[in-house]
Amino acid sequence: MSAPLLEVQDLYKSYPVRGGLFSAKQGEVKAVAGVSLTLKKGETLGLVGESGCGKSTLGRTLMRLEAANSGRVLFEGADVLTADKHQLFALRRKIQMIFQDPYSSLNPRLTVGSIVREPLEVHKIGSREEQNARVRELFVAVGLKPEMIDRYPHEFSGGQRQRVGIARALALNPSLIVADEPVSALDVSVQAQVLNLLVELQKKLGLTYLFISHDLGVVEYLSDRIAIMYLGQIVEEGDRETLFREPKHPYTRALLDAMPIADPRRRRDRAPLQGEAPSPLNPPSGCTFHPRCPYATAACKTTIPVLEPVAGSTPDHRAACLRKNEI
Amino acid sequence: MPLLEVKNLRTVFDTDVGRVHAVDGVSFSIEKGRTLGMVGESGCGKSVTAASIMRLVPNPPGRIIGGEILWKGRNILDIPSKEMPELRGKEISMIFQDPMTSLNPVFTVRKQMEEVVSRRKGLKGKAADQTIIDMLQTVGIADPSRRVDNYPHELSGGMKQRVMIAMALLAEPDLLIADEPTTALDVTVQAQILHLMKDLQKRLGTAILLITHNMGVVAETCDDVVVMYAGRAIESAPIDELFAANRHPYTRGLLQSIPIPGSNKRDALATIEGVVPSLITPPKGCRFADRCFARQARCTTDDPTLTTIGTGHQVACHFPLEVAR
Repeated sequence: MSAPLLEVQDLYKSYPVRGGLFSAKQGEVKAVAGVSLTLKKGETLGLVGESGCGKSTLGRTLMRLEAANSGRVLFEGADVLTADKHQLFALRRKIQMIFQDPYSSLNPRLTVGSIVREPLEVHKIGSREEQNARVRELFVAVGLKPEMIDRYPHEFSGGQRQRVGIARALALNPSLIVADEPVSALDVSVQAQVLNLLVELQKKLGLTYLFISHDLGVVEYLSDRIAIMYLGQIVEEGDRETLFREPKHPYTRALLDAMPIADPRRRRDRAPLQGEAPSPLNPPSGCTFHPRCPYATAACKTTIPVLEPVAGSTPDHRAACLRKNEI
Repeated sequence: MPLLEVKNLRTVFDTDVGRVHAVDGVSFSIEKGRTLGMVGESGCGKSVTAASIMRLVPNPPGRIIGGEILWKGRNILDIPSKEMPELRGKEISMIFQDPMTSLNPVFTVRKQMEEVVSRRKGLKGKAADQTIIDMLQTVGIADPSRRVDNYPHELSGGMKQRVMIAMALLAEPDLLIADEPTTALDVTVQAQILHLMKDLQKRLGTAILLITHNMGVVAETCDDVVVMYAGRAIESAPIDELFAANRHPYTRGLLQSIPIPGSNKRDALATIEGVVPSLITPPKGCRFADRCFARQARCTTDDPTLTTIGTGHQVACHFPLEVAR
């Protein structure tokens, strides 16, 4: 088996909460609280969770767009978090990001051609002519007409802008793409076009995706493996089939249960999970899910569960639940 | 007689670049105690239809230029403006995607709910208080006796949505119009809110007009569905029929473009090529024609009308598709 492309080890990222006189530090929000995960070359890992669970912060921290508090992020064996300026510059060629909002992630004053060319200029790759040729090639690759190169972002629809964002991310031939909710601002028919494009590009270019989303339907469609996040921690991970067929963590089950299915014959009468996710400023003791968990016992209030293999399941199926092997 | 019957509604917006025909001849009806889902993509006219029913289209630039909105047989468009607040408060309630549209940031939850309780139920003081706290409890707000004194900004998105729903429910309306009520919420909270709405319907026989772009939400909560495209209703049918025996190429394309559980990336998703037409100069003929895989010559010249093709099933297409088996 090949070495992983990306390995995240025990990553922590917290933000101070300030207030009062002189903005004194009053506490901290643990947005990412000890996350470990690996990505093999060419696979897609779906990272799922509800708002505020820390999934976007995790994506940004492992790209070092945010400074981590502790932990390691190894990309092809090199530590991203301790890399010096030059090493980081080189690493940034190989890890690129696609953002959620195709309206605010493109500079409105630049033509879309200049937006896609920018990474090539920053990294001083090729002559002007070579760069122009590369931009045209990228436009074709993402399904945009090369004659649109001199237009501005406002002339494009949401789906087309997202294609521009993808072309920019591909400009430097990256091996890893962190996609943070890339289709959630799009209408469903356009969403399908962008998802198809991502799959096609992966097949053609051998890309590895970390796909961050709150939409389980989209994640199931795209991912090889899936990790579920709750309050800054990964509570369950496994391959796609296993996770959907035999979810072990009660939170994963609740999420799957709550996901509306576009098929009236599969309508269920279910009791929804109660309450909302607690504030990460003051997470519950023990298992952070215990106040909402229908299976919680006294032990769950005091013991912090560890992400461990699920007995009798596939080897990479892990869950952080004290009762994972009995429920 | 249906509770609400919308006939050939036309609402326009006059803008600097021309007149936008946002709703251009929409017809549908809702019966007491039923949930009608209204689906379609951004800009198809769903929200403007809802605003038109409530007479909340901002004028200028907006104006209702045609059609009828029959509420219990009476045309809402003929009701004097000063009687509208009464209708809105008591008979028809609306909840929005953004709860701050209907919550006042400078008043506490209690203050805002007191107004509804006093107007609708004539309750004051202790009795009003108890009713408010019970309703907050019903919509799943933890610690309601403390939360009632919060201002909207002190509540999370899900809680604000619940307060807005609590206010809508206190009015015990005959019709609840919910415009993307759960779009901004997490799936677990979405499930709770939808559950609440259905619960209200069971208890009080409330009719619901649920506007959404989420086919999953429609499949799980609606009895009937109307599909909108470019300012028109293009297909309407009972829920099972719409999913299993839809006939309009747009409806089918929309349903096939959603990843359904069990699908994976080895199968490409169906897509609808092209973009929606301009609503300033809508095309002659069928508005979906230039994106339609089943287009024929007539589609680009003749405008199809919504025609009944089965029990409760209407479609606006010259060449409805065969039912897939």
